[in-house]
Amino acid sequence: MNVTAITPQDSARAALSHDIAMRRLLIGAALALTALLVVVPLAYIFYRAFAAGWQVFAANITEPNTLHAIGLTALVAAIAVPVNIVFGLCAAWVIARFRFAGRRLLLTLIEIPFSISPIIAGICYLLLYGRQGLLGPFLMAHDIRILFALPGIVMVTMFVTAPFVVREVLPLMQAQGSEQEQAALTLGASGWQVFRLVSLPNIRWALVYGAVLCTARAVGEFGGVSVVSGSIRGQTNTLPLQIELLFNDLNMVGAFAASSVLTLIAVIALVVKSLLETRRG
Amino acid sequence: MTIEIADLTRRFDRTEVLRGINLAIAEGELVALLGPSGSGKTTLLKIIAGLDWPDTGSLTVNGQDWLAKRAQDRRAGFVFQHYALFPHMKVRDNIAFGLTVLPRRDRPSAAAIRARVDELMRFLQISALADRFPAELSGGQRQRVALGRAMAISPAVLLLDEPFGALDALVRRDLRRWLRDVLETSKTTSIFVTHDQEEAFELADRVVIMGAGRIEQIGRPDEIYDHPATPFVARFLGLSVELPVRLRAGRVEAPGLDATALPRRAMADGPAMLFARPADLAPVPAQDGPLRVAAISSTGALLHVQLTDDGGLAVETEVPRRRGLHLSLGQRVTLRVEAGQVFRDGAPAETPAETPAADSRPVPLRYEHSSKESLR
Repeated sequence: MNVTAITPQDSARAALSHDIAMRRLLIGAALALTALLVVVPLAYIFYRAFAAGWQVFAANITEPNTLHAIGLTALVAAIAVPVNIVFGLCAAWVIARFRFAGRRLLLTLIEIPFSISPIIAGICYLLLYGRQGLLGPFLMAHDIRILFALPGIVMVTMFVTAPFVVREVLPLMQAQGSEQEQAALTLGASGWQVFRLVSLPNIRWALVYGAVLCTARAVGEFGGVSVVSGSIRGQTNTLPLQIELLFNDLNMVGAFAASSVLTLIAVIALVVKSLLETRRG
Repeated sequence: MTIEIADLTRRFDRTEVLRGINLAIAEGELVALLGPSGSGKTTLLKIIAGLDWPDTGSLTVNGQDWLAKRAQDRRAGFVFQHYALFPHMKVRDNIAFGLTVLPRRDRPSAAAIRARVDELMRFLQISALADRFPAELSGGQRQRVALGRAMAISPAVLLLDEPFGALDALVRRDLRRWLRDVLETSKTTSIFVTHDQEEAFELADRVVIMGAGRIEQIGRPDEIYDHPATPFVARFLGLSVELPVRLRAGRVEAPGLDATALPRRAMADGPAMLFARPADLAPVPAQDGPLRVAAISSTGALLHVQLTDDGGLAVETEVPRRRGLHLSLGQRVTLRVEAGQVFRDGAPAETPAETPAADSRPVPLRYEHSSKESLR
């Protein structure tokens, strides 16, 4: 009786201490991996960028091609993100508020960029808009340049970032339902007033959150853009492509300096994102 | 503001939600749409508000065709079951919403809007809540604010969809009395949807009972309570005991049944169904009664007495406990009916030939103990 009563207790205690040890081990492993894979490389970028001193860093950043790449990347993001916000809002609205044939299909299509490698998007655009592509002759005849120019880069960036805003806004709109909007309608609000005064304030944090994620992704896009941009220095080179070029030129300080700019943008986006998360929570 | 609804139908895919609704509502009237869930009452309300559209039929308000108007242009104040307040606006701004969205040429000045909102909040006794956000209010307070928001636009008609549905019983009763006072004072034509019979009867001037997309009966609360027009209404209003009877010269007859309290009906002789509330059936001890007491259970104030006959008929009755103390299990009884409604098997109802008040002559009921079968 005593024996059977004590043994399970002992084994329970042993299991408990075993659990605690296991938990510490797992936490330690997670921290170590994060440091090794994320923190150290990121810190090293800044270390290398500034290793030769502030002046060398500044000289590398202000190098015309790098400066142009920073400008181009900003321009691409400035076009792609607002367009995606509008697209995302429309798509989320339609999917949340209406039942129509092809609704599920639309939802799946919007998510495709999440699962397809960006380089495939680039190649598709190449096959569609390239000189030998499906629309090539038509574009040539009308002197419209899409590939190896700004339009192509923007389009691929938009493709890659298409799901971000929808994914953030849609679940919220579905959860909130349409009663507030119906109430606003019966109170005499026009369609635009309903959107501006009722729908938008309800989803504003989700929208900003989606836009921040979208910006971070747009700025960092490499694979798809590398196919359609042609990487012409000082013309169609975005920041990630410029970094690769500098790296291939064995200009390590230049590469790391450019990388630090990109990293800084990403870190700012991350901070904004976590601030928004506490705000929404 | 008279509202006229004619031949309104609405179907969702293959489900007929409304199957020909005809209804006229007079200025200043408070009408309840009462029915079980799925009877189409909320759909009807949404069609009046312009939040849903009928497939056929017409909706005319003060001679104007409302089906040609958008929801924004109808001035129908809608109150939702779950309030649908704007969470990012203070109570004051929620109530002012309908005025602030008016086009510039129709919009009152900011000071005038403020004054109107203040006045409305005083009237609704919610002035203290003016600067709170909806999330900081209780359910009852939210519904008051929602009503204020709908009333701010001086609505042509006020539409309330299960206004107390999301509230607990105590708040519900308070708010109901408050709402009745508010609507009586403001004299706004109002239609509210409910599945709660007590709520409908206490509040409404007229009650519209709906079942499966049709109007089953329209009438004043007492009228409907005393004279349900169809078996559906009878069952819905708690006339849950159904007894097979015979009609003879307008009188209800069945073995062991004392129906002298019932008025005479202008109905042909023949078999019929008597619908009665358990509380309107009294078991009377009788040596040769065809029914036996099968079960007695107490709820404190009331006794639920279950009666059966030899053929397997079961009758539920409700007796005040003090008056049922003489009843015991297995005892033989007859049944006295205080009130009830008679229908021919499933056939549409016929109005009673005379109201109970007019029929003062008691006519004795003849017992037919030999034919027990007719009671089943």
